[in-house]
Amino acid sequence: MRHIISVLLENEAGALSRVAGLFSARSFNIESLSVAPSEDSSASRMTIVTSGNDVVIEQVVKQLNKLIDVIEVSEITADEHVEREIAFVKIDGKSISDKMMSDFSTNEFLKIHKTKSNEIIIECVDSPEKINLFLNSVKNIAVKIVRSGSVGINSN
Amino acid sequence: MTQNTDNKQLKISGAEIFVKCLEAEGIDLVFGYPGGAVLHIYDELHKQNKVAHILVRHEQGAVHAAEGYAKSSDKTGVVLVTSGPGATNAITGIADAYMDSVPIVVFTGQVRTALIGNDAFQEVDTVGITRSCVKHNFMITDVHDMAETIKKAFYVASTGRPGPVVVDIPKDITEDFCEFNYPESVSMRSYNPDIKVLDDDIDLAVKSILSCKKPVIYAGGGVINSNASQELTDLAKYLNFPVTNTLMGLGCFPGNDDQFIQMLGMHGSYEANMAMHDCDLLIAVGARFDDRITGRLDKFSPNATVIHIDVDPSSISKNIKAHIPIVGDVKDVVNQISKKIVQKNLKPKNIDKWWAQINEWRKKDSFGYKQGKDIIKPQYVIDRLYEITKGDAFVTSDVGQHQMWAAQLYKFRKPNRWINSGGLGTMGFGLPSAMGTQLANPDSLVCCVTGEASIQMCIQELSTCMQYGLPIKIINLNNRYMGMVRQWQEFFYEKRYAMSYMDALPDFVKLAESYGHIGYKIEKPSDVDSAIIEALNQKDRLVFLDFITDQDENVFPMIATGEAHNKMILS
Repeated sequence: MRHIISVLLENEAGALSRVAGLFSARSFNIESLSVAPSEDSSASRMTIVTSGNDVVIEQVVKQLNKLIDVIEVSEITADEHVEREIAFVKIDGKSISDKMMSDFSTNEFLKIHKTKSNEIIIECVDSPEKINLFLNSVKNIAVKIVRSGSVGINSN
Repeated sequence: MTQNTDNKQLKISGAEIFVKCLEAEGIDLVFGYPGGAVLHIYDELHKQNKVAHILVRHEQGAVHAAEGYAKSSDKTGVVLVTSGPGATNAITGIADAYMDSVPIVVFTGQVRTALIGNDAFQEVDTVGITRSCVKHNFMITDVHDMAETIKKAFYVASTGRPGPVVVDIPKDITEDFCEFNYPESVSMRSYNPDIKVLDDDIDLAVKSILSCKKPVIYAGGGVINSNASQELTDLAKYLNFPVTNTLMGLGCFPGNDDQFIQMLGMHGSYEANMAMHDCDLLIAVGARFDDRITGRLDKFSPNATVIHIDVDPSSISKNIKAHIPIVGDVKDVVNQISKKIVQKNLKPKNIDKWWAQINEWRKKDSFGYKQGKDIIKPQYVIDRLYEITKGDAFVTSDVGQHQMWAAQLYKFRKPNRWINSGGLGTMGFGLPSAMGTQLANPDSLVCCVTGEASIQMCIQELSTCMQYGLPIKIINLNNRYMGMVRQWQEFFYEKRYAMSYMDALPDFVKLAESYGHIGYKIEKPSDVDSAIIEALNQKDRLVFLDFITDQDENVFPMIATGEAHNKMILS
């Protein structure tokens, strides 16, 4: 089962590799991982999307907590939460029909950027499920896809 | 090396700060080996006499020595090595300390900060390559951080579940100057080893303890680390419950006590493993359900309620689901349980029938062997060592058959007396860890039980023993084979003894003598006693006893990998 784990960790050199190393050393899955500054300038927040049964996830959380640089671990999928991801899709302008272009322009979740070389970049911010649906709809014409991985926050 | 600055504050070099930190931390002994990146530090060590330094012959030996020092005392072991190969040679020892939760701090030199990442001479990414085998590691990048980082390193290594901490120090940091202030205490928001035990968990445990019919106390190294041997022994005696020990837990309950049902696991006793399999209450105390303990997981203690007491939450329900998990310091938890049972004078149920069953299992005498007239049985040597030393020696061991026989037959009565490599299984551990043990206990008898294969992995430390006059007694069980490898090949590879025969062995007597020690070769069972007694009489000398033992002897009982506890090979 898919889980999102949010980790607050000290902004120390090597803290990211401690977390990444833990996942590979103990054979835990990583679907995506994103890390950025938090509300506290001396700490970063990392969002890890992983999968596994309850026993595995219990170990993931315990092992993360055991890392000395980790301040707080929460499994946000355990409760109500909001989850978003950003994706960019680059498409050759020639392969987009007018109908498609107009659909994209009116979709409130999409933003369109144009490049100098007549390519279109579509920016999509949504839940991973919706992003998957959207990417599926453009998979035949996409030249490049860039995804950020999920971030999430508890909403209860 | 001191300078007075404008504001009259005394600034000293990073190297001097380093030595002052050790002094302030109460460290009086460091195991190490010098090299380019740590020369400023060695120069400062040379100028003072508060922190002594033991020069080993290989950095692996330094770390094992620090482990022996820490395991046989209540102190933290300290290692100082140079960058590059100094650090990589130390890694086996660091990994060993990590697996067995040994509090040590390893200081590694590093190339100058300006050179880091340039593939400089003797540069390795020490923080990177030790990351997965340390409790934590640091690199000091500013001399102003040195004192606080060192304070943190000792704090992290010695609290909670202990473990190794590596501190990497670039050379230029040791020549920069600043004021010295050693912090009196340290607090880290991301690390809090003081765990408040939940009262409800204690109540649940007490209820199970008072209602069970077939209990077993399964006690491991965590009891020794928590300094809780006396508390656990008192509680077990009050309850009259059977106690088994893991390899790491030996000595935390008296090995000669009637309630002791011996070690459990792959080479554990028949009674311990049968009791584990049949029990209705399993009280795991400071133990981690390692695969050498559990055997086949789905057949492990099938009818037992499991109480698991451990300071490390990640040890709980990792391999075996705990019905009553109790996270906390073992000593604290055992005291709280005792408070609710012993102090209230509550009595558990009568378990006479359970004891009758255990005593029935005991009759198998599963550690038994027959000593004939001609060939020395390795077990006999351990038996005699136990009798002659009255079970009171510090015993270190290497890894293999001799280790198992020492664990089975030397009935440790006190904690911190059995020093071995359990988790990592590091051949070469025995001799250097005996050095650390002897230095921590200068007036005590230290024996190193080893084999002709293991001892050669750190044999160079015989030179260190000579330099510092360490009167270790080496008990070499020489069967001309890597015995445990040979045993597996006999059982599981149709006796194809691939590379397990120890050819071209040195003459160990001459070898010991060439280092300035005493050596004896013993070939007859009738000479075993006199050789041990003679060695013990040489109080100030290292004596190497080379016992030529039965080549075909195997360690029994044995649970093959992936089998259940009640499926033991007995002979």
